[in-house]
This record gives sequence, C-alpha cells and structure tokens, in this order.
Amino acid sequence: MFTYTILILLLPFLSFLVLGLFGNKFSHRVAGLIGTTSLGAVFLLSCYTAYEYFFAVGRGAAGVYEALVPYNITWLPLGTLHFDMGVLLDPISVMMLIVISTVSFMVHIYSFGYMHGERGFQRYYAFLSLFTMSMLGLVVATNIFQMYLFWELVGVSSYLLIGFYYTQKAAIAASKKAFIVTRFADMFFLVGILIFGYYTGSFSFSFVNELKLAEGATAFVPVDAARAVAAGGLLLPTALTLMFIGGAGKSAMFPLHIWLPDAMEGPTPVSALIHAATMVVAGVYQVARLFPLWIAYAPQAMSIIVWVGVITAFYAAAVAMAQSDIKRVLAFSTISQIAFMMVALGVSLPGHEAVLDNHAQLGYMAGMFHLFTHAMFKACLFLGAGCIIHAVHSNEMSEMGGLRKYMPVTHWTFLFSCLAISGIPPFSGFFSKDEIITACFQYSPLVGWVMTGIAAMTAFYMFRLYYGIFWGTENKEAHAHHTPHEAPWTMTLPLIFLTLITVTCGWGVNFGSFVSASGLDYPIHLDTQIAITSTVIAIVSICLATYIYKGERQPVADKLQSAMPRLHQWAYKRFYMDEVYQFITHRIIFAHISKPIAWFDRHIIDGFFNFLAWGTHELGFQIRGFQSGAIQKYAYVFFLGVLALLLIMIL
Amino acid sequence: MNFLSIFVAVPLLMLLGLWLVKDQKGIRAVMVAGSTVLLIAAAVLTVMFLKERAVNDAEMLFTASFDWIKPLHIKYSVGVDGISVAMLLLSAVIVFTGTFVSWDMNKEYFLWFTLLSAGVFGFFISIDMFTMFMFYEVALIPMYLLIGVWGTGKKEYAAMKLTLMLMGGSAFLMCGIFGIFYGAGGLTMNIVDIANQTNGAHAIPVQVQHIWFPLTFAGFGVLGALFPFHTWSPDGHASAPTAVSMLHAGVLMKLGGYGCFRIAMYLMPQGAQDLGWIFLILTGISVVYGAFSACVQTDLKYINAYSSVSHCGLVLFGILMVNQVAATGAVIQMLSHGLTTALFFALIGMIYGRTHTRDIREMSGLMRIMPFLAVCYVIAGLANLGLPGFSGFVAEMTIFVGAFEHADTFHRFLTIAGCTSIVITAVYILRLVGKVLYGTATNEHHLHLTDARWEERFAVICLIFCIAALGCAPLWVSDMIGTGVAPIVDHINTFVTNASFNPFMK
Repeated sequence: MFTYTILILLLPFLSFLVLGLFGNKFSHRVAGLIGTTSLGAVFLLSCYTAYEYFFAVGRGAAGVYEALVPYNITWLPLGTLHFDMGVLLDPISVMMLIVISTVSFMVHIYSFGYMHGERGFQRYYAFLSLFTMSMLGLVVATNIFQMYLFWELVGVSSYLLIGFYYTQKAAIAASKKAFIVTRFADMFFLVGILIFGYYTGSFSFSFVNELKLAEGATAFVPVDAARAVAAGGLLLPTALTLMFIGGAGKSAMFPLHIWLPDAMEGPTPVSALIHAATMVVAGVYQVARLFPLWIAYAPQAMSIIVWVGVITAFYAAAVAMAQSDIKRVLAFSTISQIAFMMVALGVSLPGHEAVLDNHAQLGYMAGMFHLFTHAMFKACLFLGAGCIIHAVHSNEMSEMGGLRKYMPVTHWTFLFSCLAISGIPPFSGFFSKDEIITACFQYSPLVGWVMTGIAAMTAFYMFRLYYGIFWGTENKEAHAHHTPHEAPWTMTLPLIFLTLITVTCGWGVNFGSFVSASGLDYPIHLDTQIAITSTVIAIVSICLATYIYKGERQPVADKLQSAMPRLHQWAYKRFYMDEVYQFITHRIIFAHISKPIAWFDRHIIDGFFNFLAWGTHELGFQIRGFQSGAIQKYAYVFFLGVLALLLIMIL
Repeated sequence: MNFLSIFVAVPLLMLLGLWLVKDQKGIRAVMVAGSTVLLIAAAVLTVMFLKERAVNDAEMLFTASFDWIKPLHIKYSVGVDGISVAMLLLSAVIVFTGTFVSWDMNKEYFLWFTLLSAGVFGFFISIDMFTMFMFYEVALIPMYLLIGVWGTGKKEYAAMKLTLMLMGGSAFLMCGIFGIFYGAGGLTMNIVDIANQTNGAHAIPVQVQHIWFPLTFAGFGVLGALFPFHTWSPDGHASAPTAVSMLHAGVLMKLGGYGCFRIAMYLMPQGAQDLGWIFLILTGISVVYGAFSACVQTDLKYINAYSSVSHCGLVLFGILMVNQVAATGAVIQMLSHGLTTALFFALIGMIYGRTHTRDIREMSGLMRIMPFLAVCYVIAGLANLGLPGFSGFVAEMTIFVGAFEHADTFHRFLTIAGCTSIVITAVYILRLVGKVLYGTATNEHHLHLTDARWEERFAVICLIFCIAALGCAPLWVSDMIGTGVAPIVDHINTFVTNASFNPFMK
C-alpha cells in the first residue's frame, strides 16, 4: 500500500528532466502539455493518497492517524548517523500533498494562457516541475536532513523562476536577493540540524507518534531527546530556535522578509505558486513538523515564535496599506498571513506533562487549517492579479480602477477571495482565522486583541486593493487606448476552481478531524463570542474601506495621505528595511570585510612572497661578487681568514 | 608488471606516440586513445577494487614492490586503497576531458600535459614515500613550461611564482620525508610499513614527530592552497591555459590534501594529534578568507581561484578533524572540488577564447549569445555553491556532520565559521552569474560570438554528468572512500591528543 507515492515525486522530476534537456525540441504546446499532464497525474495521485490515508486506512487502534513510511532508504551514511531519503505520510504531510498538487496543477493550467507566446516557455515549465518535485519532497521528508535537501532545492527553483526574465535588471537583483537571504537563514537551519543530529543521535522524524514502517524501509533510529536534555537542557531549544530562523527566512518573517516583495518580479503564476501558497509556508510546515519537540522540550522558546509572528503580521499589514503595486500588496498580505500561522503554532500551550492535547494546542490545528485555506484563496488572488496584469499590462493601481465591467469572472472570484481573507463567514478564511484568534486569546488576551486588530487591518487593505482595482477612479485614458478584456478560459478556470474550494471548505470540511495536535478527532466549534466580535470588526473595516475607496473621487484617502505624509512615506518605503540591508551588505560587508581581505591578500601576503623572491634575487646579486675569479682577491680573503683564525687562537 | 603500473605506462606510451606522430590529427588520435584507455582502466580498477575489497581487508590492495635504489631502501612500491582509487578515477576523468578542451593545442603542449598526468597517476598509485615524491616533482615541473609558454597575461611572472612556491613546499617536504625515514629507523620508505611498525609506541619518537609533522604538512599544504601559502593559486590559475588550469585545480591541488592525509598525518599521528590545531585554524581561515576574497574579484579566473582556496581549505579542514565521517567528507570534497573546478575552468577558458576578456565588468548577457555555455556555467555555479543533487552538497554536509562530532568549543567555533562559507559562496557565485550571463549584452563585439563546438560540449557534459552522478548517488563512492579512510583514522586515533599543546582547548 502507498507504494505508488514514489510516483508523486518521480513524475515531476521526469517532466523536469525531459523539458530541461530536450525542451527546445518541443513546441510550446507540447512542452506545456508534458508539464501539465504529469502534474495532473500527481494531483490525482495525491487525492487518491489522501483518500486512502484518511478513509481506507483510517484511524489506528488508538484513534489516531498513524504515520506511515512506505519508503526509507539510506542515501548517505554518516558514521553512526545516516542521511535517509523516503516518504513519510502523516496527516500534515498528506494535507500538504493536496495543497501543493492542487495549486501547482492550477498554476500549470493557468500558465498556458498567461505565458502564451513567451520566450523560454519550455524552460518555464521545466522549472515549475522542478519546483513542484522539490516541494513535494520537502513535505514527505522522513528526516530533517531530507527536508533540508529539498529545502535548498525549492530555494534554487525559486531563484530560477524569480529570475525568469533574466534580461531585466530588477529580476536579476530580486532573484539574487531571494536566494542569498534565504541561504543566510538556511545556514542557521543547518547548524540547528547539526546540533540536533549530534545530541539526539538521529535526524529522523521518528518522534511523530506511531510510526509504521513498510517492508524494506530502513529502520528509524529513535530520537534520543533525553540525551540532549541531559547534555545541557538548553541544547534542544537552541537547535529548534536555529531551525526556526531557517524557517523564518523561507517564510519571510521579519526581519528576513525583505526578499519576498522583490520576488514579485517573477511571472505572476510563479508568485501564486511559490511565493504565496507553497514555498513560503515551508517554514510554518517545518515548525509544525517539529511541533512535538517544541512542546515537549522547548515550550518557553515558543514565545520567540509568537513575537516574531506578531511583529511580522503587524509590520506587513501596515506596509500593505500604503503600497500601490497590486502584487506588492498581495506579497505583504502573504507575509502577514504566514505570520498568523506562525503565531498560531507559537501560542500552543504545553499540555499536562508535555502530552499533546487538542485543546491546549488548538493553535496547531488552526495554523495548519489557515495554511490550507490561505493557500487556496491567496493563490486565487494572485492568479486574479495575473489576469488583471495580463489585461492592463501594468502592476500599478493607478492604471486600473473600474475593471469590474470588463472582467466579470476575475472580479467575482477576486471579491470572494477578499472576503475569505478578511474573515467573513461563510468563506473558508473566517473559520481558520477564527480558530487562530481563539487560540491567541487562550494564550494571552494581549496577543488575542493584537491579532484581532491585525485581522481588521487585513480586511481594510484587502478592500482598499479590491476597490482600487475594480471600482474607484478608472484610468479611462489608458483603458480607451487599450480596452481591458477578460482572460482566456485556461486562466479563469483555475480561478473558479480555487474560489469553489474557498467558498466551501470552511463549513464543508471539519478540518479538525483530519489534522489535530494529538491526532485524535477534534470537532471544530466556533467560539461564538470571538466569532461575532471578529466578524463585526472585519465588516466595520470593510465598510470603512468602502467609504474611503469606492467612489470615483476619494477625498478621504487624499486627506489622510496629506495629513500624515511622513507615515505614508515610511509605510510606502516599507519602513526603510531594504535600505538597512543595503547598508549592511554593501557598506559593511563588501567595503569593510571583503575589500580589505582582498587587499591584504594581494599586498601583504603576496607582497611577502614577492619580497622573499626579490630578497633572494638581490642576495644572489650581492654574493655574486665573491665568485669573481680573481686570484688576488681570493688570496686576500684567504690571508684575512688565516689572520682572523690566528687572532682567535692567540686570544 | 603490476596492473597498477598501467597508469604510468600508458602516459609514457602516449609520450612516445606523440613524439612519433606528425600532424594534428595524429596528436588528437593519440591523446584521445590514451586518455580513453586511462579512463577505462580507472573504471575497471574501481570494479576490481570493490570486488577485491569485499573479500580482502588488507589496507592496500594490488600491491607490488620492486627494488630501485637498494642502499637507501627506496623501492618502486604500488598499491591502492579506497582513497587512491577515487583519486585515480578523478584524474582519469580530468585528463580525458582536458584532452577535448585543449583540442587545438600543438604537440609540445601535449607532451608536457601527458608528462604531468603521468606524474599525477604515479603519485596516487605509489606507496613508497620516495617514489611518491619523485612523481610529485614530475607533476610540478611541466607546470612551469605549460604556463610560461602557453599561458596568457603575466605568464612568466605567474609561472615563476607558482613553481618557486611549490618548490619551496617541496623543500619542506623532502626534509619531512627524510625526517620520517630516519625517525622510523631508516629501514623502509614504504608508508604502510612505517605506519605499522608499532610495538606499543609509534616507531617515530614524539619529539621527532613534532618537528617533521608541521614541515611535511605545510609542504603538502602549499599545493593544497593552505592559507597563507595560497597566493600562487590566483596568479597561476589566471595565467594557465585552460586544460592546465583544469588539471591543476582539478587534480594537482588534490595531491596536497592526499599527501597531508597519507603521509603527514598517517605517519606522524602523535604530531597530528598535538599540532593539528595550528593547521585547523589556518584551514578555517582559508575557508572564510577565500570566500570573502572571491566576493570582490573582477576576473573570472581569480574568482574561481579564490573559491578554490575556500573549498580546498574545507578538504584540509575535514581531514584535520580526524574522524571517519569528516575525513570521508574531505575525500569526497576532493572529488567534488576537482570536478566542479575543472568544469569551471573549462567553461571560463571557452568563454575567454571567444570574448577575449575575463573581466566580469566587460561582459553581460552571454545567456542569449552562447546559451549552452551559459547554462552550463549556471549549473557549475550552482554545483559550486553546494546545491543538492550535485557533489558539493554531499561533500560539505559530510564534512560538517563529521566536524560536529567534536563537542568542544574550539572545534565548534571553527565548524560554524566554516558553515558561513556556504552563504558567502552563494554571494560571489550569484554576483558573477547575474553580471556575466544575465542581462542584455552591452558589448557589441560579443553579439555574433558562437556557442560551444562539439568537442567542448562533450567535455562539459562529461564533467556535469560526473558531478550530478556523484551528487545523486553518493552511497557507493562514500562507502569505497570510507574503507580507505577507516584504517588511517583509526591509526591516528589510537594516539591521544596532548591538549597542553593547544591553548584554545584549556
């Protein structure tokens, strides 16, 4: 059973190889079909896996879904440790399979329309396949090292896709930045892994309860967490925190978020797939994967996750309010929403005696639920933005306005997704966000209220965006010149599909019966008080946004902007975080570390060896005189020598 | 005649063949035939070795020994273990691809090139210190002429500098070798025999080891680009013709690491345990320093040369950790760095041959002009920065995991410093790729340049294939190398570190 899961990884890989090596031999249509067909198969296989896992196999004797390991081979032995490769199926990895394959499949279809006639079409599909393979490999990893391996691969596929338009300066810079910032964070991840591996004697995720190995799979070495605790108590929290920094880099947590807004230079479907739905939640997934360890050995350190998450969520929401590029607004909204998931994981309380407990760790379920719903509606929003950019050939809101007449499908799907992200019932975002806020209130009322406030900001900036695109001041001049039109069906179909999921999955699916901290069934029940409060607040902010941004003329918005020019400018410039980084890298690292080292190398070290050579050479010249061949001189020296010897002997 | 001697005999026959043939076609035929035979021989040897290793656990396999200079106990002794087989494979691949890269070179060039490879092969099969040293010198001397005559830029200066610095290293080395020989009783030059002369204590007295270990290690370290003896590397590589850079960075620099491990550390284990920390600090500096220096270079070859300093530093770093995992990683890193750098230098040579500049500020947008070379360059860059799926990742991870087996602050600090190099490597590689390959072509002379020819493509594809194969299926290589590393590491670890020598361990 589940032996076919290996195909989920192999199919996209094969598609990558074929398209990467022979892509230029195919026409655009064939290349796209190869990629899309293999992804379609992956999508079906993932759905089948989920069906079999949750329904055919079902819960084990203890009432929890057991983690299954259909494959696990030793890829590289490292002394007593070993680096394995395999497939691990447990509720969250199966859920991620669904998320990734769904969004990726939709993006593959969508790209047919969006990338139509684009140079490098085959390369684009090759990279998409590579990314999908790596991301799937990441979520089914059986051990932390395998996760790291695929983690690096998703990083590089993201680099390649952001830099897809490699002739444009902005794209080159953005791709470089994305790679280097995440690599910097990965270094911490790596050190965390090394500490973890050394002290626990294993890299494996064998702490996931009730592991069941398939026949032929390498046996797991149980994680000896006790040894780590005995070795100092602080080591495991340190390792986990370092790994969290790696996750924060990938998930664009403050202050490592700076690469994500720039990553919008890539093609829009890529932003939808990588920088909204899948890769950027890898950090959240990593924390969720290591969750049992966090709860058991580092509950205090979890407050780091909470506060990093809260700060990021607030910062990103504030910046999103002032951006004018629609993809940037969505990028900051993504950062803010991922921070919601992080906060959700962080606010989980340790249960009694470190036992996993659904109620205390409501945040775990909420975070995963929000990951799922967010992936769907944010992908839909990005793809919708892609349709709009496709229609008006610009990212700037000033070029838009009044588009609802021209693009009805995009308009309605976009609106539904906006409602979902704002947390309006009965859309999916309402349910997941509500669980997160409930979990926050359980942790501390302060965090609860702050997060409610940020949720209100979310509703506000999303509707500012919505009205700016579809209502508001229409740029009639630009639209007369080039009338916007609805996108082709390859592009609208994915929108409709994702919207359907967004509309139904909140009330249609009881997420808690699939994913929960302890693995036991956990019926989601709304906390009426919190649900009503947050809904009311969301509706108020939407009304506010409507009041300010819906009309043809926007006196309130202009007045606000002119009343607080400094604040607006700061938010627009993202609080100058990029400039700070620019200063550190160029002014400090390049100018004050690399340059002096290079100078030192050329002048001091090399100079020393040149001096040595020169000295030898000069010495040779000086000594040359002694070998003159003149007998008188030799005799003279000889005589002096004898005299000296005599003197010494006499004295 | 022993099977292993084929590796020396074939290059010698090639020399004869090259001397006899008249035209370019003949030269190419001899070179291709010879290097193919070497490649096949290396592959066959690997298979034979793995088979023999399964049933025979002697340290060296396929040994043979002939008296050479009897009064001095110098013998021509050969034998291989897992490490040398891996190195022979690497050398064969580099010589094979190097032949294709230097397709248009003349007879004299190939004569020296072949002589150099004879030296390299001889070095890896020898287990007699003196013979080994002789082959080492055979490999070094042709370098002077190859750079001085066929090089570019400041070639006389570079050739002189490289040769003098490496010769300086040889002088240390020679002292070291005789020190070991007489220290161990002056009866044998055979490495295995000296190592196994133990009767409770090691044959070489501890005080003697303390003198000769640093000399020998530094002597080999010069070739392994150990800080601060690395400055021959940027100039030498920058001036050398393409295939010579490949062979030099790909194989010759490995002689350094191999020698440090096989001779300096294996034969003077107590010296290595007591004084290894000095070199460990130097390698730690090499790793970070090389990477930072590479960040601000503007010449493609300089970038790669400094990158080599960083990556070769990691080789010595791995072996100085003296444990099974790190040392295995170091040998994999030798393979990985050899292949990756050879690929890099091959590509730089091809690009330079077309654009006639290596200054990254004068090039841009090559992706559109020569897509094949540019794509391969990106692949080489990604392999160099340790992308999973390529060999560098396997090597680096193995070294770091191994290095982490030391739980004291001194080793931890150096290991974490070493880890930072993976970030800095990404910086200089992506800077280079962004500047040279991406963007639009600004230099109009570059617009009508051609892409790679078939022999160039063939060489590049061979190298990429090897890098990817090693990166995707590292298990068997790692196992094979592990069998070679184990006896050496175990031998060194039977001696206990005297921590009073290391001020950082107190």
